[in-house]
Amino acid sequence: MTQITRDDVLHLAQLSSLELNDSEINELQTDISNILGYVQQLSKLDTTGVEPTYQVTGLKNVWRDDKVIDYGISREELLKRAPESRDNQVKVPKVL
Amino acid sequence: MTISEIKDQIKASSARVVVEKVIAKAREKAEYHALLNLTEERALQRADDVDAGKITGKLAGVPFVVKDNFLAFGAPTTAASKMLENFDAPLQATAVEKLEAEGAICIGKSNLDAFAHGGSTENSAFGPTKNAYDTTRVSGGSSGGSAVVTALDIVPFALGSDTGGSIRQPASFNGVVGVKPTYGMISRYGVVAMASSTDVIGSFTTNVADAELVSSIMAGRDDRDMTTLPDFFQIQNDVKLGQKIGLIKDFMTDGVDADVRARVNEYVEGLKAKGHIIEEVSLPMAEYALAIYYIIVPAELSSNLARYDGIRYGHRAEGIKTLAELYGRTRDQGFVTENKRRIMIGSYVLSSGYFDAYYLQAQKVRTLLINEFNELFSKYDVLIGPVAPTPAFKLGENTADPIKMYLGDIMTVPTSLAGLPAISVPAGRSESGLPIGVQLMGPSQSDARLLALARSMEVK
Repeated sequence: MTQITRDDVLHLAQLSSLELNDSEINELQTDISNILGYVQQLSKLDTTGVEPTYQVTGLKNVWRDDKVIDYGISREELLKRAPESRDNQVKVPKVL
Repeated sequence: MTISEIKDQIKASSARVVVEKVIAKAREKAEYHALLNLTEERALQRADDVDAGKITGKLAGVPFVVKDNFLAFGAPTTAASKMLENFDAPLQATAVEKLEAEGAICIGKSNLDAFAHGGSTENSAFGPTKNAYDTTRVSGGSSGGSAVVTALDIVPFALGSDTGGSIRQPASFNGVVGVKPTYGMISRYGVVAMASSTDVIGSFTTNVADAELVSSIMAGRDDRDMTTLPDFFQIQNDVKLGQKIGLIKDFMTDGVDADVRARVNEYVEGLKAKGHIIEEVSLPMAEYALAIYYIIVPAELSSNLARYDGIRYGHRAEGIKTLAELYGRTRDQGFVTENKRRIMIGSYVLSSGYFDAYYLQAQKVRTLLINEFNELFSKYDVLIGPVAPTPAFKLGENTADPIKMYLGDIMTVPTSLAGLPAISVPAGRSESGLPIGVQLMGPSQSDARLLALARSMEVK
């Protein structure tokens, strides 16, 4: 059984850019332990020499011409959807 | 209600009259909470354009609904989340564009589990959808709203997405036809991404012929979705005779509801009566499919949901000072608990130190599962089994225990992991009157043959 500590949950939340409240931390600690405990059953299977499957189409290197395609959506249209913008740019809090 | 019936109604009255009637019916059925938003103004405008002869096509004036993780004009695209509650799509999904090019009219956006994470719509940030046959029960999910609007005869067809059963299970729970096509058959461009290696989109209809029509319109390569395959979907008018069909016995154990098994067995008898050959087969890796799925899917969705950061679109938390706070609080407020649970599992299985043991091992076991399918499809044309272990469960019955909820996906995730076509067709009712579906599964790109078989079995 995988035991996930409170610190593990906080670390995972940080990796996932999620602020959690206390009740959620407790709930997720139990759930994540249980889910990892369940999926761990795969470890008993012998997969020596088996190739992983990352995708199922068999498609490889799908190319297109290196041309700009106009989908008819303007910069203004997209900027309108940003929570804050100024001077044709998306505004964010200070980073440094 | 079938597509041809509604086309007759349009001919006898007008597209506007039909669309107004459909919207009135959607309002009348508000208690089911199947729709999050109507696209009334745009729908009526398009209806007028149909009546004026400006819009024509195979589906001219035919109303439909899309799951609210499809980008479509006329209402926000919320993915049933606070994150996108007010998100106004700047473009439309390719599937919606193709249907509109044939004259179809989108009248609304249906409810789902937030970001399609769930199997009951109870994870919707705006409240669950109720089952079309019993309002104390779940609609199933994640495409619950689309299943219910079809079952309630509000529209003749609706679109959904299926990552691990999200079309098939609600179709089964509400007694309609649900199609999960071969991975890559239909473009996913403009649909909110969940797990990119298993996500597909498909239809809910009241009958198989309508599913064939809608699939034939949506199928084909799209330059904007590099995973799409050249169009291989050709409706088959004649059903192939004497098909070899394998009944997956691993899905017919005592743990599966007795009514579900009984309806599947009756369907199998019907197939035999039509001259098909049925044999019991085993898919031993199916036992591990759920564990594979709940590693790979969280891994992929944790990456796909990284884009919801409060910067370019969607919700942004107020009163924050630093960028880290902006990300953290925006995502805390914008996601429901199930989203967070899955994102964090994904972060875990992809972290250094755990990657090989979880993610890589899951992708290898996935290969073993696919090998078993290949082996079976070298001998059988079709595989058959239930869609879900039970009919629709009670609202709230499984919400406290995520694993119990996940176990409901056990029969639908194997084909998702292998990218194979699978459809859910109505097979009757339980003793208490709840719909039960049967699942037909085929090799890659056998979609048209599967649907032709299902059509030949429909009770007229």
